Amino acid sequence: MSRLVVENLTKIFTLGFFSRRRIEAVKNVSFEVKEGEIVSLVGESGSGKTTTAKMILRLIHPTGGRIIFEGKDIWKELKDHESIKEFRRKVHAIFQDPFASYNPFYPVERTLWQAVNLLEKKPSNKKEALELIKESLVRVGIDPKDILGKYPHQISGGQKQRIMIARCWILRPLLIVADEPTSMIDASSRGGIIQLLEELREEQGTSIIFITHDLGLAYYVSDNIFVMKDGEIVERGHPDKVVLEPTHEYSKLLVDSIPKLYRKLEGL
Amino acid sequence: MEQVLMRIENAKAYYKLEKISVRAVDGVSFEIFEDEVIGVVGESGCGKTTLSNLISMNISKPLTLVEGKVFMKINGNFEEISSMSREEVKKKLWGKEITIVPQSAMNALMPTIRMAKYVEHLAQSHELNERELLQKAEKRFEEVGLNPLWLKRYPFELSGGMRQRAVIAIATILNPKLLIADEPTSALDVVNQKVFLKVLMQLKRMGVVRSIIFITHDIATVRQIADRMIVMYAGKIVEISTMEKILQRPFHPYTQGLFNSVLTPEPEIRKRGIGVIPGAPPNLINPPNGCRFHPRCPHVMELCKEREPKLREVEEGSKVACFLYSEERT
Repeated sequence: MSRLVVENLTKIFTLGFFSRRRIEAVKNVSFEVKEGEIVSLVGESGSGKTTTAKMILRLIHPTGGRIIFEGKDIWKELKDHESIKEFRRKVHAIFQDPFASYNPFYPVERTLWQAVNLLEKKPSNKKEALELIKESLVRVGIDPKDILGKYPHQISGGQKQRIMIARCWILRPLLIVADEPTSMIDASSRGGIIQLLEELREEQGTSIIFITHDLGLAYYVSDNIFVMKDGEIVERGHPDKVVLEPTHEYSKLLVDSIPKLYRKLEGL
Repeated sequence: MEQVLMRIENAKAYYKLEKISVRAVDGVSFEIFEDEVIGVVGESGCGKTTLSNLISMNISKPLTLVEGKVFMKINGNFEEISSMSREEVKKKLWGKEITIVPQSAMNALMPTIRMAKYVEHLAQSHELNERELLQKAEKRFEEVGLNPLWLKRYPFELSGGMRQRAVIAIATILNPKLLIADEPTSALDVVNQKVFLKVLMQLKRMGVVRSIIFITHDIATVRQIADRMIVMYAGKIVEISTMEKILQRPFHPYTQGLFNSVLTPEPEIRKRGIGVIPGAPPNLINPPNGCRFHPRCPHVMELCKEREPKLREVEEGSKVACFLYSEERT
């Protein structure tokens, strides 16, 4: 069953006061994400991948097209506060910069308390809630003693990103939108973050959309890849098809330019 | 026999602050041969950039060369460049013998002066004819695939990839022997990355530069161009090896972990899976005793916690600092 359907999604930004310049950031993008599926939107900066993600997260309004999540158009059919809150509970975002996701004035577990407060069935007392938080931290490989009471600057970027994933163990969202979740983390910890997201998928059937410029990452994690260029999806399909037999000029160029470990690039 | 271009002997470069010192490069020895490309890889904070400052003798407070020497072949003779004064370094080394291409060309170029101004500055500081040098610069611009007219433009008028090529063109006008590239491609998109690598290798083939040190965190990029690879961890070299050897069999557990975390779009990688090195790199103010990798190492032994392994040859062309490959462990 389709968890998310994106149909002819378009976003046009207009700039300027007198001379209205129009920028088509996203043009007629359509794709589908099934239950428990991991898909990647791959593209260089300016390809419209983050704009697409923001529209799916209900952060910016699309100019045209529809986004249907669990059978409901998220921009037309979620009217009241309650249904939007429910949407927030079911769709979770993980952003690129783990430093910007936390308020530096509060201890890091605040973000987990906020997650607990979003729950439909809230724990009956504070002790139970704390248990839930601790349990979620253990799930992402963090000893609760190490981070409870600490402030964002006292923990590493990898740990911050892990705590964001701990939120997912509390909220159990149906869809995670991860915008370059590993690009600011050291290579040696990157694998851990990816494994955690894969575990979520295995255990809870979470669907995940990776937004990334890294075709290597996309090739490794995804069931489906969508290559974006200038706001359009120019290539789509199974990772093996996109990487090994690209058909569009741009994806060919992209695949040919990426340095490989086991092959030498041609023409250097 | 390969000719040595530069020799670094037991160099220790620390950032000396009032009460503490950050041991960013701590006892590093290696040689750079003529006509080779060395890739230096490691995670952020392992001392890669400090190493590039050390090789280019760009040492200014708080960075201090605490111990060790650096020799470079200049006009056929080895000179100890680590004992030169900063004035001498500027006159004799920079631009002529050693040049550097920094990570972000955006920050390397002043937005308010035209490109040609850099060439004029270069002529002034080396007491050369400005006109001749400008002509040379025009030619070099063409060689890196830029229209010479761009010399008269301001940096912000160029795209990121063009700017990085402009920087390398200006940096190599005086045909320096050694080019140090510090993460030159990490701010570029992949298509421009490949163009830049092409330009770099072309300059080497043309003999404009003799040897290249390429510093990066991206192993796949280094693999494309380097003859040898240096792996750094917490201020130390843990492995030096020829490219074929290290790809075939990385020895040091850290190198193995690093290779297993590489994600490139290749079927082998999808099959292999992704590896993780637990923990985080140590603080260089107070690095762990013994082998600096021991708190994260999957093969840690008692010995590793007490004594520091030396970099030694385990196979022809491969030097590794790890007790797993030495007799001392028994």
